[in-house]
Amino acid sequence: MGKIQLRAVRKSFGDVHVIPGIDLDIEDGEFVVFVGPSGCGKSTLLRLIAGLEDTTSGTIDIDGKDATNLPPAKRGLAMVFQSYALYPHMTVRKNIAFPLKMAGMDQAEQDRRVERAAKVLNLASYLDRRPGQLSGGQRQRVAIGRAIVREPAAFLFDEPLSNLDAALRVGMRQEISELHQSLKTTMIYVTHDQVEAMTMADKIVVLHAGRIEQVGSPLELYRNPRNIFVAGFIGSPKMNFIEGPEAEKHGAYTIGIRPEHITVGDGPWEGTVGLSEHLGSDSFIKVNVEGLGVINVRGTGELDVHHGDRIRLAPAGKIHRFDKEGLAL
Amino acid sequence: MARAVTPQRKAVTTLAAWTVALLIFFPVLWMVLTSFKTEASAVAMPPQFLSADWTTANYAEVWARSDYPRFFLNSVIISLGSTLLGLAVAIPAAWAMAFVPGKRTKDLLMWMLSTKMMPAVAVMIPLYLVFQRLGLFDTRIGLVMALMLMNLPIIIWMLYTYFKEIPAEILEAARMDGASLWNEIVHVLTPMAIPGIASTLLLNVILAWNEAFWTITLTTTKAAPLSAFIASFSAPQGLFYAKLSAASTMAIAPILILGWFSQKQLVRGLTFGAVK
Repeated sequence: MGKIQLRAVRKSFGDVHVIPGIDLDIEDGEFVVFVGPSGCGKSTLLRLIAGLEDTTSGTIDIDGKDATNLPPAKRGLAMVFQSYALYPHMTVRKNIAFPLKMAGMDQAEQDRRVERAAKVLNLASYLDRRPGQLSGGQRQRVAIGRAIVREPAAFLFDEPLSNLDAALRVGMRQEISELHQSLKTTMIYVTHDQVEAMTMADKIVVLHAGRIEQVGSPLELYRNPRNIFVAGFIGSPKMNFIEGPEAEKHGAYTIGIRPEHITVGDGPWEGTVGLSEHLGSDSFIKVNVEGLGVINVRGTGELDVHHGDRIRLAPAGKIHRFDKEGLAL
Repeated sequence: MARAVTPQRKAVTTLAAWTVALLIFFPVLWMVLTSFKTEASAVAMPPQFLSADWTTANYAEVWARSDYPRFFLNSVIISLGSTLLGLAVAIPAAWAMAFVPGKRTKDLLMWMLSTKMMPAVAVMIPLYLVFQRLGLFDTRIGLVMALMLMNLPIIIWMLYTYFKEIPAEILEAARMDGASLWNEIVHVLTPMAIPGIASTLLLNVILAWNEAFWTITLTTTKAAPLSAFIASFSAPQGLFYAKLSAASTMAIAPILILGWFSQKQLVRGLTFGAVK
């Protein structure tokens, strides 16, 4: 089991209110991603759940029991840190076995669980090495191994892939997703990378200035963002926002159009191509449109447009409408 | 651009380094040489650098006249005891200051260090009276306590500096892994800080071994360590330089040998944290 409920959870550091008040339900077996820009309070929220920070007020229930004042060790959760946080003086085997040793488990059971975790994570041939002798990806696997041997109620991941290079990040992302599918244990994952959030999550929690802006599945957030912040944060490249007469035509203060929902060719908007990036599979173009400003366009395949070209654009998908306060209409 | 090191510049700096090293080492060398001279050649004017009549009689006489093994044993017990007790107190204290600092932690650290700036003689009378009332005067346990308290600020400061280098996330990981505070300190923090703890231990053993003010003030015979042993050879009738030098050489030899073998560790310890 790994059902976690947060009720009116607040956290302040002196006069700074990092989390002004959050209510959230995380169901058993869910993969929940906390996403938001730097300083939005996502790591603090994770640390509150872990018990590494004390709440200023509010309650945290884990599997129906009040865990607000329990120390980290008693919450039945395991955490994977951004910096791996491996014990440098211990071998991989001892690192993975450490939580079992702390739980007073007998040696035979410790060995059995370590071997099983090592097999799952392809670490079997590295068990007698020290963390300093491993690559970044292997270290992250050891950190995950240390978390899974405990068979916790939930896994907490604090930006675990940030220290890895781009190629390794994609591989590890898939491994963590596969691990979730096989273990079916609750996972809470913190990241500032919305691509990670979109690809891994069952449920995304978008945070901004310590508040939850929206909770939903990746596609719900993509299709129906509740406000301008979520609309701008989810999706890459970022959604285009247009104000003024063009927005008024749609009965809104601001309209938002995703770059992939704009076609090049005939259309009402005319502009000059600024930057153009051609990736083969996609083309990313910035077009300076008279009266609207810079519009990002994402085209599938190779678009034959280059810097300085005059082109016409047309909105060809959902137009998101927002009021003056930035809320979706 | 890298600074060019010409052979001339290298020769000059090497010469300067040797000169400074010899200047520092010269008193020790002079003491060792004097210990092998007769009393007459030890006080001869002009001073004789190499005596005509070398002798080991001073050592034999010092050995015969005093109970060297007892002084030596007292030195070992007092210096090691005060250091180990100091570490037992300082490790949890430095842990708290490094990982759960309060608003006044920095002030507390500065205050502790400031006590080392106070002249020892300022607390001599109160400490002397306290030791007499508690029956600690001329006892090993009394000196262990006194030297531990004297060196505690340095031990805490050194350990605090080492602990600050250890990422807090590793200790948080231990907490998440179910480690109690005791297990966190014993299984994670201490093994990771072993080089720093070893340097602290060595430095404090040396400081305690060489401490003379309190060891002479708070002892008479039973608990007196080697520093008091040296002092016992300065008689009111006059100084016997050769014998005094022999006694001094016998007193510092053990710690000199320890320092020689552990110099790498000591240097690492003293420069730890200077460069990230």
